[in-house]
Amino acid sequence: MTSKKSRKATKKVRLLELAHARSGDKGDTANVGLIALKAEYYPILERQVTAARVAKHFRGVIEGGVERFTLPNLRALNFLLHGALGGGGTLSLKTDAQGKVFSTALLRMEIDVPQSLRV
Amino acid sequence: MKRTIRIASGQGFWGDWLEAPVRQVEAGPIDYLMMDYLAEVTMSIMQKQRSRNPELGYAKDFVPLMRRLLPALVRKGIRVTANAGGVNPMACANAVLAEARDAGLNGKVAVGVVTGDDLLPRLEELLARGHALKNLDTGERLTTVLDSVQSANVYLGAWPLVEALSRGANVLITGRVTDTGLTLAPMIHEFGWAPDDWERMAAGTVAGHIIECGAQCSGGNCMYGWERIPDMHDPGYPIVEAHPDGTFVVTKHDGTGGRVSVPSVTEQLLYEMGDPQDYITPDCVADFTTIVLKKDGKDRVGVSGIQGRAATDSLKVSVSYLYGYKAVGTLVYAWPDAVKKARAADKILRARLDRLGLAFDELMTEIVGVDATHGRLAGPPDPEIAEVQLRVGVRARSRAPVERFSREIAPLILNGPPGVTGFASGRPKVEEIVAYWPALIPKSEIHPKVEILEA
Repeated sequence: MTSKKSRKATKKVRLLELAHARSGDKGDTANVGLIALKAEYYPILERQVTAARVAKHFRGVIEGGVERFTLPNLRALNFLLHGALGGGGTLSLKTDAQGKVFSTALLRMEIDVPQSLRV
Repeated sequence: MKRTIRIASGQGFWGDWLEAPVRQVEAGPIDYLMMDYLAEVTMSIMQKQRSRNPELGYAKDFVPLMRRLLPALVRKGIRVTANAGGVNPMACANAVLAEARDAGLNGKVAVGVVTGDDLLPRLEELLARGHALKNLDTGERLTTVLDSVQSANVYLGAWPLVEALSRGANVLITGRVTDTGLTLAPMIHEFGWAPDDWERMAAGTVAGHIIECGAQCSGGNCMYGWERIPDMHDPGYPIVEAHPDGTFVVTKHDGTGGRVSVPSVTEQLLYEMGDPQDYITPDCVADFTTIVLKKDGKDRVGVSGIQGRAATDSLKVSVSYLYGYKAVGTLVYAWPDAVKKARAADKILRARLDRLGLAFDELMTEIVGVDATHGRLAGPPDPEIAEVQLRVGVRARSRAPVERFSREIAPLILNGPPGVTGFASGRPKVEEIVAYWPALIPKSEIHPKVEILEA
């Protein structure tokens, strides 16, 4: 439902420009903590980087669903990516069996931000 | 009561930087040296070592390290908390005591040994009394894999360590104690915190979580401004300056490299995080959404505001069992058409495996340089790419098909696509897979034991 005017007023940026991240594993689930680089970015991340958007981003890369938790005190979001690690732990055959770089995989995602936002 | 105690992290895992604990002891003042040695996989490795030799089954590195450090630890009055005991804390303790005597430290070293976490001898009994030890992820009963169980350990919390400290131990050696308990215990002991003071239990637990992975909160693996983090050849491992009210500062010794900042600590707080309001340990349930971080000078981050709730009445059990076998083979393909050649080789390999009628639970192909870490998110490969690594892995319940697979990689060098190299390490190694079975057990079933042994 974006009007022409508001479409003009936004730009696409990669999360890499707005956040840093760390990921780890728990069984076959990878977690990604996404941390806003500036306080003003946090509300944008909270609004746009939803569990559904992240699930779409990782479609074909993970097998299960995505859960999201908010930590506004740390201007951070925590995502659980289920079925991400090829069985997880010692079962996994993957290079990234412990989900260490799902962090940067999430930072590839593009979102719309106001044209005026300084990144 | 002391107003501040300094707890230093010396090891984030078995295999971490050997110089780190030495730097922590020598480069500035600390009261406690905390070292975390145990990952899930570690316990089953140690179990295997103990089954071959009853004197083994612990983090062997810990003994020469103590030999190196004990004179300074004794002189400076620094106490050690370490879960280096693995599946054989008593053997570890005896080895450390022998080193202490050899170093002429008789009467100056009291080793506190915490046991009671090893449930392997008790499994049959526990199952017989109706504890199904159901898999927390799948709901299956442990009886389905009982014959292949390799180790079973319950995660103990801080309290047995508190007892050992109050009985005068200056080197604490434990089996499967939680990483966070190793940091929380000195705070409880020094500040006299009550078991149901959930806010302070949670505060000490969060402190433990921040420093349990060593340098991972002080500049190591730090994405935020990584190129500007100074002197990473000599990273300062983290130190918690804890206060009686539960607030603390994360810092590191002056004159060391690395960086302690709000972003570096935040990254570590989120590491391996599940539901942040529900961080469950044997000692409390901590709420990570209440943590307040504040810069408190150069390489200092103040932490406050932490809320906690009552501990649950169960403990987590980690059972390891023999699951099956796996092997991973690799070949390198060079320009031109490196990706195309790697994909062709994979296709040939799969056809051959198919023709041999080998059945695998999983057969996985990655092309390192193209899709190994980010899958399709990495986008299309550069057609001029200099080289890629074909990486194929298999997993099966029985050894035979995995063994046969391991002989199908090398032939591709002579009978597959051209431009191939990188087979120096020989045939892929067939590895046993020891898998994990997380379960719960009521706290009332578990009786930690604390012994003090003097040099």
